[in-house]
Amino acid sequence: METLFFSLVAAIAIISSILVITNKNPINSALSLIMTFFCLATLYVMLEAHFMAAIQIIVYAGAIMVLIVFVIMLLNLKSESGGRTNHALFLGVMTGVLLLIQTWYLLWRSSLTGTKGVVDSALIAKVGHTELIGKSLYTEFLLPFEITSVLLLVAIIGAVILSKKKL
Amino acid sequence: MEILGLPLIYYGAMILKVLVAFVFVLLTVAYATYAERKIIGHMQVRIGPNRTGPIGLLQPIADGLKLFFKEEIIPAEASKFAFVLAPLVALITAFISFAVIPFGDTIEVMGYKVPLQIAAYADQTGTVFDLNIGVLYILAMASLGVYGIVLAGWSSNSKYSLLGGLRASAQMISYELAAGLAIVCVFMVSQSLSLQAIVADQAGLFGWYIFRNPFLFVAGILFFICSLAEINRTPFDLPEAETELVSGFCTEYSSMKYAMFFMAEYANMVTVCAVTTTLFLGGWHGPLPSVLNFIAKVYVLMFICIWIRATYPRYRYDQLMKLGWKVFLPLTLFLIMGNAFWITLFQK
Repeated sequence: METLFFSLVAAIAIISSILVITNKNPINSALSLIMTFFCLATLYVMLEAHFMAAIQIIVYAGAIMVLIVFVIMLLNLKSESGGRTNHALFLGVMTGVLLLIQTWYLLWRSSLTGTKGVVDSALIAKVGHTELIGKSLYTEFLLPFEITSVLLLVAIIGAVILSKKKL
Repeated sequence: MEILGLPLIYYGAMILKVLVAFVFVLLTVAYATYAERKIIGHMQVRIGPNRTGPIGLLQPIADGLKLFFKEEIIPAEASKFAFVLAPLVALITAFISFAVIPFGDTIEVMGYKVPLQIAAYADQTGTVFDLNIGVLYILAMASLGVYGIVLAGWSSNSKYSLLGGLRASAQMISYELAAGLAIVCVFMVSQSLSLQAIVADQAGLFGWYIFRNPFLFVAGILFFICSLAEINRTPFDLPEAETELVSGFCTEYSSMKYAMFFMAEYANMVTVCAVTTTLFLGGWHGPLPSVLNFIAKVYVLMFICIWIRATYPRYRYDQLMKLGWKVFLPLTLFLIMGNAFWITLFQK
């Protein structure tokens, strides 16, 4: 049952992510991307990572994609007409093949040991996923977490300065 | 016959619970339209609808039937897929938040516990489990709701719709932020994201989060106002400002699709009132039997929504943005700080 559901969600995710790049209409591409994010959130739920799933939808589907759709609407982008240029197609295929080789090489070289981490579904049910993430963010990964927040602050200030020439 | 150690009758009770709750919300949505017209009518010294049925009570049904039999028109230049999708998205995201709202105390059916919350269950030992990120789920669904309006605005291929859609998305993003930050104040006190836990923590009149401390009081009011802005109700109904934009994003819609937007609007109102009740006004706690408490609180909040609509004029667009970003956002940040200080100083 679970495997069946997983295959269904995974299939939708793959189909919609292919639709993102094949659609000629920018809004339909954006919609497909939202669908992909939604499927990813479903997969997170299946991994009992409820907090991640909610954040995935709030941040990606609810905030970033709304901005993208907003920009597409504001610029009133029409469907792209002309055919694809050859060098773009070539570069895309090259990158794809390279990534595939890289993934395959890594999978082939490293052996899957099958060791499991400390976090399993029993622990998640007992402590709660949000609590687990919060705890590890503020103890084990405190420095990277704080650095990320400083980075975001810098980005915010940068955006303000770029958009407001006269301060 | 048993599934997962629980008898079939238990699953029957769960399904019945979902059906009853859903039908009740649908009826509330239908009669919210009637209540709004009637109440605003009396506030403006008119009578309101009074022709269909006794004192106009059949009006929502008549309206629904009328819209159902209207001709369906899809503009020739519209992008059809998005045009059909938009009202569905609006309606589903409006209703789906209700799945996590606890509308009553846990009841016992044939010795088994049935929590009165759609997305919740109790195991054999009687421990109630619900979605442990309930509040985030509501925020997520609210943030998806914007797509219904944006898509409607874009796909209609008309100036008015597009402007309405743009306004709606800008407005919803702005106020979502302040509403989310106001909820953070609740998390700080409840220390849980599960709505069952949040309601359980608010037993007794002075246990209601809105009466816990002055910061939470302001946060509660702020959350309600921001929610009004998020669901485009007066005084924040700029996306469908009829004096400037005909009727905004739903200008090109007709028949059942228009009815779906209309239902989504009122379903959003019910949901927002239910969420406010759950987060700030003690959920189903109170003097009456639990479900009745919840319904009474939601109806009082809905009356306030209607009252606001009858009282206030619409904001201007720049005022709306200024209010969201320059007043509400700093205020909520201040409330979070103040709340933190209050908790560490007085509630240790």
